[in-house]
Amino acid sequence: MELLGKFNYWVIFILMMIGFYVVIARGNLVTKIIGLNVFQTSVFLLYISMGKVAGGTAPILHVEGAVYSNPLPHVLILTAIVVGVATTALGLALAVRIKDAYGTVEEDEIYAKDKRA
Amino acid sequence: MLVATATAALWIRSLFAVTMLFSIYSLLAASLFITLDAVDVAFTEAAVGAGISTVLVLTTLARTGYRQRLRAQSVALPMTVVIVTGAVLIWGTADMPRFGDPLAPVHQHVAPRYIEDSPHEIGMPNMVTSILASYRGFDTLGETAVIFTAGVGVLALLGIRRRAPTRAQSPEDASRPSESESEHG
Amino acid sequence: MDKDEIIGVIAKLLFPFILLFALYVQFHGDFGPGGGFQAGVIFAAGIILYALAVGLEHAMALVPPALLRPLMAIGVLIYGGVGLLGMLRGGHYLNYSVLAHDPLHGQHYGILFVELGVGITVASVMLMIFYAFMARLD
Repeated sequence: MELLGKFNYWVIFILMMIGFYVVIARGNLVTKIIGLNVFQTSVFLLYISMGKVAGGTAPILHVEGAVYSNPLPHVLILTAIVVGVATTALGLALAVRIKDAYGTVEEDEIYAKDKRA
Repeated sequence: MLVATATAALWIRSLFAVTMLFSIYSLLAASLFITLDAVDVAFTEAAVGAGISTVLVLTTLARTGYRQRLRAQSVALPMTVVIVTGAVLIWGTADMPRFGDPLAPVHQHVAPRYIEDSPHEIGMPNMVTSILASYRGFDTLGETAVIFTAGVGVLALLGIRRRAPTRAQSPEDASRPSESESEHG
Repeated sequence: MDKDEIIGVIAKLLFPFILLFALYVQFHGDFGPGGGFQAGVIFAAGIILYALAVGLEHAMALVPPALLRPLMAIGVLIYGGVGLLGMLRGGHYLNYSVLAHDPLHGQHYGILFVELGVGITVASVMLMIFYAFMARLD
């Protein structure tokens, strides 16, 4: 039981590393952004799973003396998701502009074109 | 299941399939948020992750192409970096509190005050809303400003063409010349 | 964009309910799960569904980009304005308790308007980003 108590963190870290791997190993800018998003979602899961209290319910008041999960991480992540999609959109917009300017979104091809110029 | 989806997204080369898998991944994450009692977060994740960001990625892909080229260089270096980082992080969980532990440090600081006092200070049943808008009002103001800035940034980068509103009035007539223009040009 | 009859009909059927649900989430956020951020993205997702299924031109006629541009800023201004109103009534910035005679009511009004501001900004920014991406397509 002691071993399984931290299972949630392990899963989250595995997800985090998958996202990280995509970011550093792939050259395609759009794939990198998707990888960053996978990473981001795993961080969200990390926060929310820390806020969970065993036997608790959603932090909406209904009966006296109920046990609630910690609402603070929920607030932080709620805003973070929306900010995350806004910044992702900004990143994708940059990728579109790079495609217009260079004709490719592959990192090494962009680099080669920069060197030639 | 999340791990399986994410790994599949890693292996498949067609970016269209990757995007769809990412959407499924978001939906799974949303259902996980519900089991972790974060209903508000699940709401947002389902609408944003599975809805809006998928559409945005797809429209980007339509511009940038659906194929990604795998790089020739070996995967050994990034793999090593990732495995080492992951190992350090998992080692770090030795100091973390157990899952669902009510005595964890997270639950000791300001959260009890919010849970205790929110009902008679704010008078709202949903604590997430009262913390979001009242106790953490400055945070939320800042985050709204960030979203606004991102919107302005996207507009500055992409822009919406002037003739977009005129096309709304006569869709068939206006869209055809633009297509033929691009063919000639 | 290929227009599929079935998708178009179903999307048209769902569309008003999604918007209604977004408004419910917006104004019921104090009691159930919901609030400005959620309502904003649901509202935007509803209109995006409409745009994808029925056609971008129709969605742009329904919610023109020229309307969204000021709305993006108005949402933030409502938020900041509620904060300033609190200051004018002798409280701290973003202290809602002074907005009404009863502090609880003041908090209620404050949160309602702040969430409204958040909802307007989020919905209009998301839609604007979507329009910007779609306008690049053709």
